[in-house]
Amino acid sequence: MSIKGKAAVVGFAETKPQKSSGDRTALGIIGEVARDAIADAGLEKKDIDGLLTGIAFGDFSVLWPSVVAEYLRLHPRYFSQVELGGASPAGMVWRAAAAIEAGMCNTVLCVVGDTWGNRTLALKPPPFPRMDAEFDAPYGLIAANPGYALIAQRHMHEFGTTPQQMAKVAVDQRKNACKNPAAMFGNKEITVDDVLNSRMIVDPLHLLEIVSPCSGGGAFIVTSAERAKQGPHRPVYLLGAGEAGGHCGITRAPSLTTSLVKPAAEAAFAMAGVAPKDMHFVQPYDCYTITVIVTLEDAGFCKKGEGGRFVEEHDLSYKGDFPSNTHGGQLSYGQPGLAGGMSHVIEGVRQLMERGEGRQVKDATIGYVNGNGGIMSEQCSLVLGVQ
Amino acid sequence: MPDYKKPLPHPTPASRPFWEAAKRHELQIQRCTKCSAHIFYPRELCPECLAPDLQWIKVSGKGSVYSFTIAQQATHHGFAEEVPYVIAIVELDEGPRLTTNITGCKPEAVRIGMPVVASFDDVTPEMTLVKFRPA
Repeated sequence: MSIKGKAAVVGFAETKPQKSSGDRTALGIIGEVARDAIADAGLEKKDIDGLLTGIAFGDFSVLWPSVVAEYLRLHPRYFSQVELGGASPAGMVWRAAAAIEAGMCNTVLCVVGDTWGNRTLALKPPPFPRMDAEFDAPYGLIAANPGYALIAQRHMHEFGTTPQQMAKVAVDQRKNACKNPAAMFGNKEITVDDVLNSRMIVDPLHLLEIVSPCSGGGAFIVTSAERAKQGPHRPVYLLGAGEAGGHCGITRAPSLTTSLVKPAAEAAFAMAGVAPKDMHFVQPYDCYTITVIVTLEDAGFCKKGEGGRFVEEHDLSYKGDFPSNTHGGQLSYGQPGLAGGMSHVIEGVRQLMERGEGRQVKDATIGYVNGNGGIMSEQCSLVLGVQ
Repeated sequence: MPDYKKPLPHPTPASRPFWEAAKRHELQIQRCTKCSAHIFYPRELCPECLAPDLQWIKVSGKGSVYSFTIAQQATHHGFAEEVPYVIAIVELDEGPRLTTNITGCKPEAVRIGMPVVASFDDVTPEMTLVKFRPA
């Protein structure tokens, strides 16, 4: 049994990321985007019989799927939390498709939302992963910044990747963000010098190479290929999916520079029966500039070690020869918790529905999306298409 | 040391021998008696062959810098007074890699591949962290 082409994304909604959530709660944001995504798909709440969600760092709770179902008075026949960090939303797409194909449900709401700088809640953030807490945190290897700096440093050492090449990712993505009214940083284009002159945070990563945490949410609806045809939009079919894991802390990864994107992308392209060169755009998870370079290499868009030169030689903007993160990526859109990872899925769907407005990739019918969690520790690659 | 503000390890029954050795300024890791794999962090079974028979061995503490970053902004409020500091992955001569700090040289002198040796930092009366300095 393959899930290739068996289900489609038929609607979506996002909030505009905000630096502070003010008086909003994660559940309130989730409710808003869930409602709007259901309406966007031309459906009603009663049509939703599946629910996939993921943790909210600013409002952490156990039994979160039930908390969300209760808050929205949903009655899912299939529901779960996808706990793959930033790869969770990509992971939701194939899980929804598999649950539908297995007959567990018909239409799945995939929804995440999170708060940052919330004034109304006094909740403790979730703890560090178990072993990272004991063996990494005492030395300051905490959260994502230093982990990705270790990757970037090693990539520069092994392949001669330059700070200018990494900066180019942020520069091109900003061009896309300037066409995205929802992007948190979409007012002004930046140059390579702007990136390299921004404050060094964890050498070699500068401020403008690092995502900005914020508040926001995203939701999309997955339904069967048959039902998808009845919706108001061009259905966006899941053509291929692949997932890979194996470490949590980056110190325990077999390699810092060859990532789990490789097996995940290989599986996704194999299921879809297509190759990287067939993609009309890519939406690679971009918590940092180096993440994009490693992802493009491991997904097969260029050879290992040549990612720096590849991004230097190609125009990554929506009208360029290699459209990448056409919404600006999280580097310009912002990272509202797991909704940051969802922004890549939604942008892929948006392009394929031809709803890209000022940043539409011309004649796009197939694209690659990658979700990445932790420190390159969870990978989920998707091939989405309209046929 | 009344005010140690950085995160501290909370040893488990599985890891306690490692931290107790560090307190004696010894570096000990595990080796699988079945498949001979060297293992770090400490476990209750071998992550390669899943055999339960692991032995503790004392190692030289020699290794090399596998990668590093110089934190120009504290990665945790407890590190605020140490900026800039080096967070590194060191690969031991026996193979396993561990997270650590490089001390005993200027941060800008650290290089990938640089030979280093374990040094022990008694950060509290109860806890000693394993750091590395140029060999």
